[in-house]
Amino acid sequence: MTARAALGRIGVHLAAILLALWVLIPIYFITLAAFSTQESVYQYPKALLPTDLSTDTMSFFLHSEGIVPSLQRSVIVALLTLVISLGIGTPAGYALARFSFRGADTFRLSVVGTRAFPIVILSIPLAVTFVRWGIDDTVYGVAFAHTALALPFAVLVTSSVFAGISVELEEAAMTLGCSRASAIARVILPLALPGLAAAAIFVFIISWNEVFAAAILTLQHRTLPAQVLAVLNASPLPFKFAGGFFLLAPSLIVILIIRKYLFNMWGRVVK
Amino acid sequence: MAHVRFQGVTKLFGDVAAVDNVELEVSDGEFVVLLGPSGCGKTTLLRCLAGLERVDGGRVEIGGRDATDLPPRKRRIAMVFQSYAVFPHMRVYDNVAFGLKMQKESKVTIKERVESAAGLLHIEDFLHRYPAQLSGGQRQRVAVARALATKADVLLMDEPLSNLDALLRLEMRAELKALLQKLGATTIYVTHDQVEALSMGDRIAVMNAGRIIQVDSPLAVYDRPADMFVGGFIGTPPMNFVRAEVAIEDGRPVARLGDATVRLDEDARAHAGRTAILGVRAESIEVEAAAGDGLVPATVVVVEPLGSHNLLTVRAGANVLKVSARPDLFPAPESEIWLRIAPDRIRWMERDGGGAMAEETADVLRSREAILSQAGNEASTG
Amino acid sequence: MASVAQPAAQARRARRWEGLPYWLVLPTLAYLVIFFAWPTIQAFGLAFREDGVWTLDAFDTMVNDLRFKEALRVTLILIVVIIPLQFALAVAMALLVNAQLRARGFFLYVFLLPLAISDLAAGIVWSSIFTERGYLNTVLEKLGIIDTPYIWLDFQKESLLLFTIVVAEIWRSTALLMIILVAGLQGIPKEFNEAAGVFGAGFWQRLWHVTLPMLKPSIQVALLLRVILAFEVFATVIAIAGEGTTTLAAEAYRWENTNQDENVAAAYASLILVLSLVSAGIILRFLRTRKEQLLR
Repeated sequence: MTARAALGRIGVHLAAILLALWVLIPIYFITLAAFSTQESVYQYPKALLPTDLSTDTMSFFLHSEGIVPSLQRSVIVALLTLVISLGIGTPAGYALARFSFRGADTFRLSVVGTRAFPIVILSIPLAVTFVRWGIDDTVYGVAFAHTALALPFAVLVTSSVFAGISVELEEAAMTLGCSRASAIARVILPLALPGLAAAAIFVFIISWNEVFAAAILTLQHRTLPAQVLAVLNASPLPFKFAGGFFLLAPSLIVILIIRKYLFNMWGRVVK
Repeated sequence: MAHVRFQGVTKLFGDVAAVDNVELEVSDGEFVVLLGPSGCGKTTLLRCLAGLERVDGGRVEIGGRDATDLPPRKRRIAMVFQSYAVFPHMRVYDNVAFGLKMQKESKVTIKERVESAAGLLHIEDFLHRYPAQLSGGQRQRVAVARALATKADVLLMDEPLSNLDALLRLEMRAELKALLQKLGATTIYVTHDQVEALSMGDRIAVMNAGRIIQVDSPLAVYDRPADMFVGGFIGTPPMNFVRAEVAIEDGRPVARLGDATVRLDEDARAHAGRTAILGVRAESIEVEAAAGDGLVPATVVVVEPLGSHNLLTVRAGANVLKVSARPDLFPAPESEIWLRIAPDRIRWMERDGGGAMAEETADVLRSREAILSQAGNEASTG
Repeated sequence: MASVAQPAAQARRARRWEGLPYWLVLPTLAYLVIFFAWPTIQAFGLAFREDGVWTLDAFDTMVNDLRFKEALRVTLILIVVIIPLQFALAVAMALLVNAQLRARGFFLYVFLLPLAISDLAAGIVWSSIFTERGYLNTVLEKLGIIDTPYIWLDFQKESLLLFTIVVAEIWRSTALLMIILVAGLQGIPKEFNEAAGVFGAGFWQRLWHVTLPMLKPSIQVALLLRVILAFEVFATVIAIAGEGTTTLAAEAYRWENTNQDENVAAAYASLILVLSLVSAGIILRFLRTRKEQLLR
């Protein structure tokens, strides 16, 4: 390798490291802050190294009013969203992948087009409607709103997952004695499972992170982000820091699990 | 009883008839090849038989039953796909056993049949492996074993060898033919490779544009093609087509190719006075070193040594011909040779100027001439 | 001699077969109509009506509100500042990810992390850094650049607040753009860059003349998505600046929750929608790839 090329390689690695640090350091700081004593949160200058770890701040946060129930609600909402959006979206994704039917393109376009509609324009009328339906301020209301957000994603991702599985596998199963439904269950679903699971996890995290609709649609029975947001500016620093860490902790795990699928997901969703 | 009948089968995609009113009968135990260029409808026809495509018209009969409205699983067929479609998430054993499992056979029967099919295809050692651990050729054998294990009435094969490399394809061709002959299964085999078709089929159905042009034994299709399409598609090199005037000379029918006169068989008398298109195979033309009665003078364009024989491209007047010669014959480019064409090896194609089909084929003739003569010009200026 | 299949049986089978995709798609369609199309219409209804009377009162209130101009201005500034910076960063990250680096998997994981981080969490993270007794000041003081903590989150200095918000937003949302660009990059066969190199193009020239033009469809999609999301910027602002500044979405939130006035909130929502759609239209128009230019 020439000297110039070697320099280039080093430069590239350096750039990558710098960018990685830019992403990681803030996460490091908030983790540090969340796992320190309450006094050290107010301390200045701050400790930059994990010398004085403690679960003080975290437990303060968790014991704050309304946090644990809101945590539970976030989980429930995310699970509901996952079930509904994948339950409804997967058949549609399958139909788009396997059949060329009249209106397929229009359908796909409308599904993609829903992205142009901000969550803002949805949530406000839904807040009114949910009062009428009696589900305002419940996990169900939020789950329905989140599903509306996640459904297009579910349809497009499952569609690309199924499209990636050769239709000949299904046909082979059908010539060997399966009905279409049985062929799907025995051959297609096992192969689609990783992709579907990745989609499910991503839907979960979308719902977990969602703030606006959750904040608008709930009052007494908030989800975690809504609760944190509501009391944020009236809360002491330890609450803020621990809350921030708590909100972002699942992402660390989620991205680790599904990072391989993300490119397939977004690559094909993008058309 | 496992014979198959296509009656007036039509399949439309939009406005296009991929399969156009096809009639075909396949007897029990017969090996029929559907041969044609891509887009001719052969795979679609096969899929109509499998039940993977709904027919838009006509009837499909399998083993005496009307199968037209039946789903694939009720037709008692087995199919080998071009991509093999071996289930990646199951071991080879479970793949081969799949059809039997769907038929709810007992574990004992399944084991027996799987092992027997695996034995026939020499994959006994792989039964516990996953498809991803196998080579393409091995996966292909799994696909065939899976189909054979079900002991279906009819075996369908969609270009099963086309994804193999050339050498493997040659081996598998012979192996498959021997195997299927031994089993005596009714087989319908789709391919675009005419060599494969000639080597394997009891009969070949040559298709083009959704229609069957000719159904015959390999020899008949090779030797007596029904039209220029078949003659041009089958055989390496394709059949030569020349335009010639038919006349009566000394009371005998002859064909005039430019200055040369070639004697024809008696049945040519009916065409006297017309310009016809004659078909003759490269190996039916002999090369002579000197002029003679009934010989056609020609100029050599290019000589291709192919090992077992030399392929000469020659110009005879307005016609360009491929001639198969002895492997030690190397006439120089632009040199003159004389061609002997035996009258009984000449075939009649559509008469020139006789309707739409003939015009089409005349175009084919013209464009081929143009290409070859251009090659000839380049060779002479090079 | 060909017997034609009973037309009735065939037609019945045809109908049953044909219907299947529509049944599979129906639940999604119905859901989207109920929970998307209908609320959108309702939102406009709320914005233009009050107690059953068609009126522009809500819009009037919105426009004349003290915070409206600020919200509009801040939203637009954020978009104009953030998006070009983000794109440059996203292109850099995408190129890095695509290059054969050692520990590529690790870098990928790290670059992708912010994708799953909510805007609220991002806002909190960066407010912990920029707060007066926060990490940034600690580092700066340790490096000797400042003596006393600098007040970054000064509610009087809007530009500083905006700066912090810009940093937080870029940090959080570049990952999305990066993914789309990487997917696009992987669709460009490397022979094109190799050929350009053979013909004498250096790195920047290849980037400008070969890579970026071929990336145009991906850029268009990424830009579209990002702009639409940008009009929704909300929790980041509240987490970092509290009441110090505001955006359109934040105002919508306040009017709905704090002021309990759904009509004005709907007015804001309608404005956001219109701005989003107009931007989408502009992007689609100006980044249109001619069909002949695509590789397909």
